[in-house]
Amino acid sequence: MADLTVKFDVLVIGGGNAALCAAISARRAGASVLVLEGAPKFYRGGNTRHTRNMRCAHDAATDILTGPYTEEEFWDDLLRLTGGQTDEELAKFMIRESKDILNWIVEQGVRWQPSLGGTLSLGRTNSFFLGGGRAMLNALYLTAEKLGVEIVYDAEVIDLDIEHGMFLSAKLKQPIDGTSEIRASALVAAAGGFEANIEWLKEYWGEAADNFLIRGTPYNRGSILKMLLDKGVQDIGDPTQCHAVAIDARAPKFDGGIITRHDSVVFGIVVNKHARRFYDEGEDIWPKRYAIWGRLVAAQPDQIAYIIFDASVRNSFMPTLFPPIEGGSIAELAAKLELDPAALEKTIAEFNAAVKPGTFDHTILDDCRTEGITPPKTHWARRIETPPYLAYPVRPGITFTYLGTRVNRQARMVMKDGKPSANMFAAGEIMAGNVLGKGYAAGIGMTIGSVFGRVAGREAAKNARN
Amino acid sequence: MHGTKILEEADRLMTVCNSCRYCEGLCAVFPAMEMRRAFSDGDLNYLANLCHACGACYTDCQFSPPHEFNVNVPRTLAVARAESYAAYAWPRAFAGTFARNGLVISLVAALSVAAFIFGFAALHDRQVLFGIHTGPGAFYKLMPHNAMAALFGAAFLYAIAALAMGVRAFWRDIGEPIGMKTDARALLQAIRDAGELRYLDGGGVGCFNEDDRPTDRRRLYHHLTFYGFALCFASTCVATLYHYLLAREAPYPWWDLPVVLGTIGGIGLLIGPIGLLAERWKRDSILVDEARYGMDVAFIAMLFLTSLTGMALLILRETAAMGPLLALHLGVVFSLFVTMPYGKFVHGIYRFAALVRYARERKAMAQGAGE
Repeated sequence: MADLTVKFDVLVIGGGNAALCAAISARRAGASVLVLEGAPKFYRGGNTRHTRNMRCAHDAATDILTGPYTEEEFWDDLLRLTGGQTDEELAKFMIRESKDILNWIVEQGVRWQPSLGGTLSLGRTNSFFLGGGRAMLNALYLTAEKLGVEIVYDAEVIDLDIEHGMFLSAKLKQPIDGTSEIRASALVAAAGGFEANIEWLKEYWGEAADNFLIRGTPYNRGSILKMLLDKGVQDIGDPTQCHAVAIDARAPKFDGGIITRHDSVVFGIVVNKHARRFYDEGEDIWPKRYAIWGRLVAAQPDQIAYIIFDASVRNSFMPTLFPPIEGGSIAELAAKLELDPAALEKTIAEFNAAVKPGTFDHTILDDCRTEGITPPKTHWARRIETPPYLAYPVRPGITFTYLGTRVNRQARMVMKDGKPSANMFAAGEIMAGNVLGKGYAAGIGMTIGSVFGRVAGREAAKNARN
Repeated sequence: MHGTKILEEADRLMTVCNSCRYCEGLCAVFPAMEMRRAFSDGDLNYLANLCHACGACYTDCQFSPPHEFNVNVPRTLAVARAESYAAYAWPRAFAGTFARNGLVISLVAALSVAAFIFGFAALHDRQVLFGIHTGPGAFYKLMPHNAMAALFGAAFLYAIAALAMGVRAFWRDIGEPIGMKTDARALLQAIRDAGELRYLDGGGVGCFNEDDRPTDRRRLYHHLTFYGFALCFASTCVATLYHYLLAREAPYPWWDLPVVLGTIGGIGLLIGPIGLLAERWKRDSILVDEARYGMDVAFIAMLFLTSLTGMALLILRETAAMGPLLALHLGVVFSLFVTMPYGKFVHGIYRFAALVRYARERKAMAQGAGE
């Protein structure tokens, strides 16, 4: 057990990808490092537990990547998906650094999976962790421990002593060996967003937030973020923005992870609790439109919706954790979903009547569309007419929030007066809003975490020595 | 609905895993799972026997206990695997031997040894049993070669026949028609995968044992055990050829091929089982089928004793201890043979068959994807 009464060079608060990259990089730079993870050991790592891949720029195909993904292309993608809401200097810096991360992360013990060309269409742009995010975390923790990084679990920080932008100490909720005040020369805050803090979400979403499901652990409460913002750190990012996808309404309140998602929207229609359609299910290719459905469902009454499809497409998408709800007729299905049978029959009849003939191809924006209904289904529209009729109930599943702390290229926090903090750095989701003003593309969160974690650790170690 | 509770649980887990697929790069089980959307009893038995119990998918899983999804693939498949051994046992009447395997095998071993000692003592006077015999044919003063060959030949053939019937039952259960075992490329692939224990490496770092630090020790000990056993078997085969083709009778000098093979193999078969037993002891109980501890230990102990008695016989063959040691060694080897189809030995057979099936499936998938 670490002696917590000494002053550490670098204190890292958090325990995910960004926190561990920071801890390892600070330790490799010669600093003494303490990691305080608020969760118990099993739940360590916040959202990293549920990740699977990272988006890094590279100039050529490799064993794990099927083709090049240049810095320019990465930047174009980022610009498009954020609608320009990104800090160009920081974003380009991150993209440049991401190239080296592909190798650096391997040196920290993380293993990549050879490209399978299988389930996801990301083989060219994204590198996949062998065994997934928890395997990646396990590798980082083993490396950190070997290097001599001190790690404490169940270590919830309830206060930060910050004076004029300078971190002095952190206060623990539960003293460890009699110590509750942790002192360090530099701080790296890598404690994520506030997606599991329903009360905080309610400030922006109202009572609707009660119906949100949280895809990660209950420990992502954003308490460190709140302390930092309360103590003079400049905020960045829209507090109402969050990454939300439609997940199965039968999923647990927290930590259902990847397996509760549904990627069947394009194969059917989506109705709300009044059995009415509310958005074009065929707007764009999956997974580009994957992340809009959480917000769309959040805007519906009672934050519930139902993906309705029929037996003909049952095996067209990945198998799901929860089986679809079945009905021999539309009325029977409606009864099981507690929807008005007449209303659902009417919606489906209108939809079926509006479907125009076309050639179905789910890999392109095909010509199967509706005519004369609102909202239209502009692609992949096919009649729902082969019993049994099937449905998945879905709710908004919140992945992470965008509100964060502003940082500069050293990952150093910027105070409200615009001055850089003397010794506070941030990495990962807690500062993702600098790069991602809105929108999302698979694997970017991990890129932000590793790149800025590595930078924050290095800079914090340098800072502690001076 | 499945035939047993453990298959129900295996089905539940495969449904969870099939909607996640993060582990697909770790071993053969998950790619094989991904080829299916629903799982019959046979599918689950196939996956259970394909699993090498490296434990990586447990340590890497974000849904393993204490998570409410309670995903523990290694243990569930270990239990399903052990239950499948009993289900495929031939004759059916002996299926029960798997339930109290450690006890049954100890009893058979003790009885076999006793029978040889009693047999030697009954057939010869004490001077022969405790006498010093050297030179070619020394062993056969205690038991005529033909009697030895007939007895062990019969035991060996029985074991082969019982194992073959078990494999037949397995092959049918997992849905491969009998005639499809002749695919040479799949066989070669499976021989390579089994020979290097390709899927006992946690996807490259080693398997998981007492904690979340992977090591390759189990694979090393298994190699020592398996190849040690293979060398000992080769030694016996060479000796048989010497006897019948060259008319050269055992015991052979220390530099001769049967002794060299047997000694090298015997050393592997001493170190390997000790290592495996120690690893089994240390292993996190969450990963293993605790109820089958006896089966694992019994098989490992039998292999160890085979080697130990053989080595002792080699070292002391020119002393008065030769007679009793020969009885001991023959007793252990005899019981190893006759209990083979009813103990942990079968894991290698069914896993190999599963690897053959996997090699075939993967080839079929690759061809399908290319079209």
